[in-house]
Amino acid sequence: MNMIKKFSLGLLITLFLTISANADKIKIGTEGAYPPWNAKDESGKLIGFEVELANFLCIYMGADCTIVEQDWDGMIPGLIMRKYDAIMAGMSITGERMKTINFSQGYADEVASLAVMKGSSLEGMDTPEGINLSNKGGEVKKTLKTLTGILAGKTVCVQTATIHQNFLESGDVGKVNVRTYKTQDEVNLDLTAGRCDAALAAAVAFTDYAEKSGKPVVLVGPTFSGGAFGNGVGVGIRKDDTDLLNRFNKAIDMARKQGKISELAIKWFGFDASM
Amino acid sequence: MDLMLDSLPRLLNATKLTIQLTLLSLFFGIFVGVFFAILRTSKNRVFYFISYYYSYIFRGTPLLVQIFIIYFGLGQVEWIRESFLWIVLKEPYSCAILAFTLNTGAYSSEIFRSAFETINKGVLEAAEGLGLNKVHTFFRIKLPIAIKQSLPAYGNEMILMLKGTSLASTVTLLDLTGVAKHIISTTFRPVEVFIVAGSIYLIMTFIIHNLIKYLEKKFSY
Amino acid sequence: MGLLAYGDTGWGDELFFATLMTIAVAAAAIFIGFFLAAIFASFKLSKIRTLNLIGSFYTTVFRGVPELLVIYLFFFGGSGAVMYVAKIFGYDGYIEVNAFLTGAISIGIISGAYSTEVFRGAIQSINKGQFEASQVLGFKKKIYYYKIIIPQMLRLALPNISNVWQITLKDTSLISVTGLVEIMRMSYIAAGSTRDPLFFYSFAAVLYLFLTFLSLKLFNKLEQHYQKGY
Repeated sequence: MNMIKKFSLGLLITLFLTISANADKIKIGTEGAYPPWNAKDESGKLIGFEVELANFLCIYMGADCTIVEQDWDGMIPGLIMRKYDAIMAGMSITGERMKTINFSQGYADEVASLAVMKGSSLEGMDTPEGINLSNKGGEVKKTLKTLTGILAGKTVCVQTATIHQNFLESGDVGKVNVRTYKTQDEVNLDLTAGRCDAALAAAVAFTDYAEKSGKPVVLVGPTFSGGAFGNGVGVGIRKDDTDLLNRFNKAIDMARKQGKISELAIKWFGFDASM
Repeated sequence: MDLMLDSLPRLLNATKLTIQLTLLSLFFGIFVGVFFAILRTSKNRVFYFISYYYSYIFRGTPLLVQIFIIYFGLGQVEWIRESFLWIVLKEPYSCAILAFTLNTGAYSSEIFRSAFETINKGVLEAAEGLGLNKVHTFFRIKLPIAIKQSLPAYGNEMILMLKGTSLASTVTLLDLTGVAKHIISTTFRPVEVFIVAGSIYLIMTFIIHNLIKYLEKKFSY
Repeated sequence: MGLLAYGDTGWGDELFFATLMTIAVAAAAIFIGFFLAAIFASFKLSKIRTLNLIGSFYTTVFRGVPELLVIYLFFFGGSGAVMYVAKIFGYDGYIEVNAFLTGAISIGIISGAYSTEVFRGAIQSINKGQFEASQVLGFKKKIYYYKIIIPQMLRLALPNISNVWQITLKDTSLISVTGLVEIMRMSYIAAGSTRDPLFFYSFAAVLYLFLTFLSLKLFNKLEQHYQKGY
């Protein structure tokens, strides 16, 4: 009888601890190396658009959140391994990623752009302001053809496992010498070192870098969205966590209604990048 | 199982780069190694210390640090970018080979030095007695003996270099390890990819091992 | 030099703690390695063919496959693998495998492969006479292993253990990929933040040289101690 009592008590305590431990503690993973989406300040503290937005979403959800740092290439594995419960790391919603994880509705969008060093031969491309790759129209096709010609044989640097890498390797712009790096920072370093003819990433990532480093990095060519570039940035959630997914969606709705997303977007991006 | 078969072509393709990096680095490394081994056995104190510290630094620091200093560190130095050195330092491929060569050069120099130092003094005296001059002695007597002596340890170094090339993936190069990592991070099946990529490395290790055994037989007297 | 200042303005304190972390993870790894080496060395020395094969498989694979690949295996497969093993023992819950453990275990397994060869070689080079004498004197296997063979093995193995330690110490630089903040990762962060990779990676090299230097001194002392009476 004593053993059974002890065991039941142990079980109850464990159950209690597990429940209270899970009581609304949400861990959110971010990269901390992709300003202005997410970054670190001098003291190493995580800052950025998504860090602030995450805190607000948690208030709306009535949850206790901690934001965890994770290297980009371990971002999705980390989610699956339960290192954290959600990803808010400037991760675009793409069909490829949706094979492994779920996404909330998009909360903000970024356009991508090529960047070069001032004085590069690639400046002054004859292309429209921006193209949307989900649009199969003639103008998009024409622009892609122009780009294929300009970028043929050139070295373009991107961060690994990004939509930008996918686009360059998709063949839409022909044969480009793609170089992949662990972080956007490394891309920027090699771009300024003259090792890359061009680099591809979120337009704001380059403008932020140019501003902070003072290096003459300029955007060239059209801005890209849609198609391989996905449909906005959303919160990454494990496939079986439908409950959490709903909570995030509701919170994003609330944040949008209250204008919070627009407010933060203007603060961090300089324009309203909200969705 | 099908992932293993699917990833095989991509991995084999990347193996070409791995083999290139290994062979080139070992090739240049031998020259560097012999050079510093000779310096080390020299009576000149300056030569001795240059060789000693070269070896100490390149064997005492991780290869990753060495490759990062050469690629990322030197890449940010203005005057290097404007000099002729940039021809080598601009491309990750040549930077990697430079780092690997310097690294294997250090380990090789230790192996060769030890081989030179343990040559039976009697043989050298006999060579002198026969009237062979220094250069002759070196190429006809010392070198062949040193090669035979070094084979086991050098075989080990060849395998270490093969593994070392996996670090090329940290400076954008898509070698076997780089591609393996890419496949793992997109399919989340680390075990299968590890088995395939690992097996390819083991096969290459096996080849090196047998090559050394064969050479040991050929060089025995 | 101001970059290295202690406290908020410089990276000195971060690098100091990162160095401690490097030592900690290397130490954990080498001991995990010793534990594995004890097992697999005995397999390789055993009369049972299957055990020999298992031992050889272990040393061949983990000395032949690049460290990065092993680390990726544990980094990407980590929690899953550990939880799988735990399930065998009956534990069904979620186990958080932190960066330190992932790093220590990956490097530890590799370190163990080298240590296995060192232990095996050391035991095999102990004078056969010692074994025979122990048996003649009537000591039980367990006892004479502990009191006679192993102490001698340690003495013979020490120089090679020093090498294994050097390898293990340098291999820790590779686990920066798991996010653990040791020397390499801290340098990476500092280099990125200050945009001065040359300074910080060079300083990292200096730190490793320092650790190498200290290690050599330590092992020399140990070797001298164990040489007493020989």
